[in-house]
This record gives sequence, C-alpha cells and structure tokens, in this order.
Amino acid sequence: MQSAISYKTNRINFKEKVFKKTLTIAALFAVVILLAIFFTLLINSFPSIKAIGIKFIYDTTWDPVADQYGALPFLAGTLITSFLALIISTPFSIAVAIFLGEYYKKGIVAEIFKNVIDLLAGIPSVVYGFWGLFVLVPIVRTIELKLNIPPYGVGIFTSSLILAIMILPFSVSLSRQVISMVPGHLKEAAYSLGATRFEVITKIIIPYTKSGLFAGLLLALGRALGETMAVTMLIGNTHALPTGIFSPGNTMASVIANEFSEATGKVYTSALIEMGLFLFVVTTIINIFGKKIIKEFTLE
Amino acid sequence: MEDRLHIKNKISEPGVIELHMRKRNKKNRFFKGIIIAGTLIATIPLLLILFYIFKQGASAINWHFLTQLPKPVGESGGGVSNALVGSILILLVSCLLAIPIGIVVGIYLSEDKTSRLGYYCRLAVDVLQGIPSIVIGIIIYEWVVKPMGGFSALSGSIALSLMMLPSIIKSTEETLKLLPDTLKESSLALGVPYYKTILKVIVPTGLSGITTGIILSIARVIGETAPLLFTAFGNPFISTNIFKPMSSLPLIIFNYATSPYEDWHQLAWGASMLLILMILILNIITKLVQRKWKVQF
Repeated sequence: MQSAISYKTNRINFKEKVFKKTLTIAALFAVVILLAIFFTLLINSFPSIKAIGIKFIYDTTWDPVADQYGALPFLAGTLITSFLALIISTPFSIAVAIFLGEYYKKGIVAEIFKNVIDLLAGIPSVVYGFWGLFVLVPIVRTIELKLNIPPYGVGIFTSSLILAIMILPFSVSLSRQVISMVPGHLKEAAYSLGATRFEVITKIIIPYTKSGLFAGLLLALGRALGETMAVTMLIGNTHALPTGIFSPGNTMASVIANEFSEATGKVYTSALIEMGLFLFVVTTIINIFGKKIIKEFTLE
Repeated sequence: MEDRLHIKNKISEPGVIELHMRKRNKKNRFFKGIIIAGTLIATIPLLLILFYIFKQGASAINWHFLTQLPKPVGESGGGVSNALVGSILILLVSCLLAIPIGIVVGIYLSEDKTSRLGYYCRLAVDVLQGIPSIVIGIIIYEWVVKPMGGFSALSGSIALSLMMLPSIIKSTEETLKLLPDTLKESSLALGVPYYKTILKVIVPTGLSGITTGIILSIARVIGETAPLLFTAFGNPFISTNIFKPMSSLPLIIFNYATSPYEDWHQLAWGASMLLILMILILNIITKLVQRKWKVQF
C-alpha cells in the first residue's frame, strides 16, 4: 500500500519535471530560432561582404552579369518609399486615432469605423498590389501626363501611396491605444477650466502622448521598410538610382523577391542575402526601440 | 440698482471676452471638421478596394472557378482549384507545426513573469513578429529548401508557421495572464499536480482566447506571398505531396496579376475575392467565439 502511493507520487513528480522542462525548452526554442535567423543571414552574406565590402552601400551599379553589386539604388528606394508613405499616411492616421479615441469612443459610428480599419489591416499585401496595378497606376499616369513627365504609372510615388494605405490601420491602432491611455482627470481638469475640445486635444492629449505617438510612427516605418509584395508589383523594378518621386525604382525587399529564386552564382545570392540582413537588422532595431518606448509610456 | 444694470449691459455687449470665446469655438468646430474629413478620406481607399475586388471577382467566381485547373493562355475559363487545395494543405501543415509550439511557449511566458529567460523569450517573440516576410522566405530557403534539394510545400508551411508563432504565443500569454490566481491556487490546494492544473484547469478556461489568437494568426498568414515565392514556389497542377512544389491563392494572384493576359487577370480577381472572403469569415468566427465563450470572472 505504502509503496503504491510512493510509486504514484514518484510518477507525478517525474511528469511534473518533464512538463516544466518542456516549457523551458520551448521558451529557449523561441530565442534560439531568432539567433539562428540572424546568424544564418550573417554567415550567408559573408561571400558578398568579402567580395564587395563597403562598396555595397555606395556603389550604384547592380549588374549580375558583370558580377557587380552596388545596392545604393535599392537602399535609396527603400528609404524614399517608406518615408514618403509615412508622410502621406501620418496626418490621416492621427486624425482617425483622434476620431476614434476622443470624439467617437463608443456607439455605432465608432464600431463601423473600427471594423473598416480592421478589414483594411486584413487585406493581403498581394491584393493591395493587384488593386494598385489596376486602379492607382492609371490615376498616377494621368497625373504624370498633366505634369508633363514620362507617364510610367508605376514608380516610387505609386508604391508610397499603396504603402501609406497599408500602414494606416497599424498606426491607427497604436495611436488610438496611446490616446486612450491619457488619464481622464487630466482632461476633466482642462474641461473644467473652460477649455474647448480642440484645446484639450492640442494642449493635453498630444503633449501627453508625444512619446507614444512617436513610437507608433517608428513601428509603422518598420512595417513599411519590409513590405514586399505590393511594392514589388508597383515600383517598376529598374536598377537605376531613382531621380525623383515619380521615377521607377526598386526596394531591397522587391529586389530579393524578384531575383532570389533565379540568382545564380555565390556572390549574387549572397549579395541578396546581405540585403535581407540589412532589412532584418534595421527592422529589429526599430521594433525593439519602438516597443520599449510604448512600454515605458504604458507604465507611466 | 442702476449700477448693476449698467454692468449687466456691459457684459451682454459683444465685448472682448465674447469675441475671444467665439474665436475659440470656431477653431474647435473647424478642428472637428478636419478630423472627420481626415477619417472619411482615410476610409475611401478601403471602400474602393472592396468595391473593385467584389465587382471584378463576383463575375469570375463560379463552380468551374473552384473545381477546374487554370487553362493555358488564350483559352478563357478555367479555375484555381490547384491553388485552393494548395492553400488549404499548406495552412493545415503550418497549423500543425505552429499551434503546439505556440501554446507551450505562451504557457511558459504566462507562468514565468520575472526570469531572465522569460525576458529574452518575450523580446525574441517581439522581434520575430517584426521580421519582414521576405526575410523569412530567405531563411527557410536556406534551412529547408537547400538541404531538401528543391522547392516544397513543406518549406512553405514552415515559413508560414514561423510567421504564425508570435501571434499565437502572445494571445496565449495574454489570455492566461488574465485568469485570476485564485483559480490556480484552488486547484493546487486540492492536491492537483502543477502540470495537471495547467493542462486541465488553466488552459481549458482560457481556450476561447487561445482559439481566437490561432484563427487570427491564420487570417494573417493566409494571404502571405513573399515567404512562399522561394519555398512553395507554385504548381500548375493539383498536388497533395507536401514534398513537392505546390500552388497557393496568393502565389496565383501574384503570377496572374503581373501577366499581360486578360483571362488570367480575371482568375486573379476571383482569387483575390476568395481570399478576402476567407479572411472575412475567419474574422467573423473570432468575433463569434469571443462572444460565445467569453472568459468571465
């Protein structure tokens, strides 16, 4: 009898240990995967780092046939499209965030707009690209004809427009979250002194949420930098350095998407992976930094 | 008495204060107008996108669209059955991979709030969530496609599961953290072993939240194209062998949208509408799950 009980507790103890070990191993697994991703990218970019070196960043010729790999056009393309998208979408995302976080917090209007924004977030990137190809490109083409510039239709500006639409839901949900965290007593104090809503928003809410809103912008930028499919379909895919916002170009992500599966030669593949490493490092830094600001803001 | 009247008259005159007040109110109204206008303009693209896709897609979707293979260029008609089967299979396999790992890591994080491993794990999950999908494609190409010697549906599933993991982990962690400690304590006090408390009391209680997270993560990766470009690759025929290349709806949209043929554009519109309908249905299911089995205390 005694031994039966002790046998059972032993078995439970054993299971307990196995369970706890499994949990720890799983948690380690998540960390290991991330490190493995980083080192895989790093090791596979070595051939290109060795063969091209620092020229990779400032050389403007990307010619796989001549084995010349300068990524400046793509770096420039990525930065220009992302920042332009951020500039276009920020006023609207802040307007929507104030609309949902301050003017219409509850009720049917808020529900409708929240669902619309959610839906916008759910549409796949490739569908955005497809739509852009058939709706945005003709619109941009007519604008270009009016401005007397070559009417490509596709290009940096078109990509920025689609990116702006795509990052909007993301930055709206972040900014709304931040705005809703402003303590009620601060706002009430201002109202009781006779402040109008406009004054409460510009003198209480915006100053209070400055760091949080900034983090939201940062995280949205991180999104835009790595966005691939829609941009690949709309940017025109040329290897030259962009000369203006209407000129076609290429981003790092779109070059990888277009050329990776056909890349032959060690240095060629490696150069593409090096761009992947760039993207990984930049988005990681932006994410860690942005999330940290948001966390600090929430703890306040 | 006269004095008072005098003062009253003076205040009711449109004086400095009132003018100032009027200006402030005007500004206030003007600002509200701007905010509402901005919000309305921001929703225009969505309405346009939905309108366009449903208009173009509705005419493309019919029984043949769902059951037939794509026809060669020049012949009209045909369908996307290969992509539909492929998408479902690839997603099933990625669910099999991502759900168990995601839930276990989520349980760990909800139980361990202070340790160093917990901190790094949480950080890793955050970073993982932000990795551009094209980079995931490169990684899986190096990890799976190269060693296996060719493109395969399995590699696509692994890529998608890697993208599903962070949101499953986070939703599991957040749901379980919301459960009151008393629940766990009373189970432990009855002598139930720790692992049984977690698996038979805590996890079932939080099941609705975990399920919601899983469905949302599926909705998020169902339209992912970039990680499939150099993993699942695509296949013009129906294939159920996960070690061979396989097609999927997003891949077919990408390939057909960028082709110059009108018939293929029609197929791509149909596939886009199908994808959006699937995502809509998944979102509605999560709302129903949330409403029906709300975790309440």
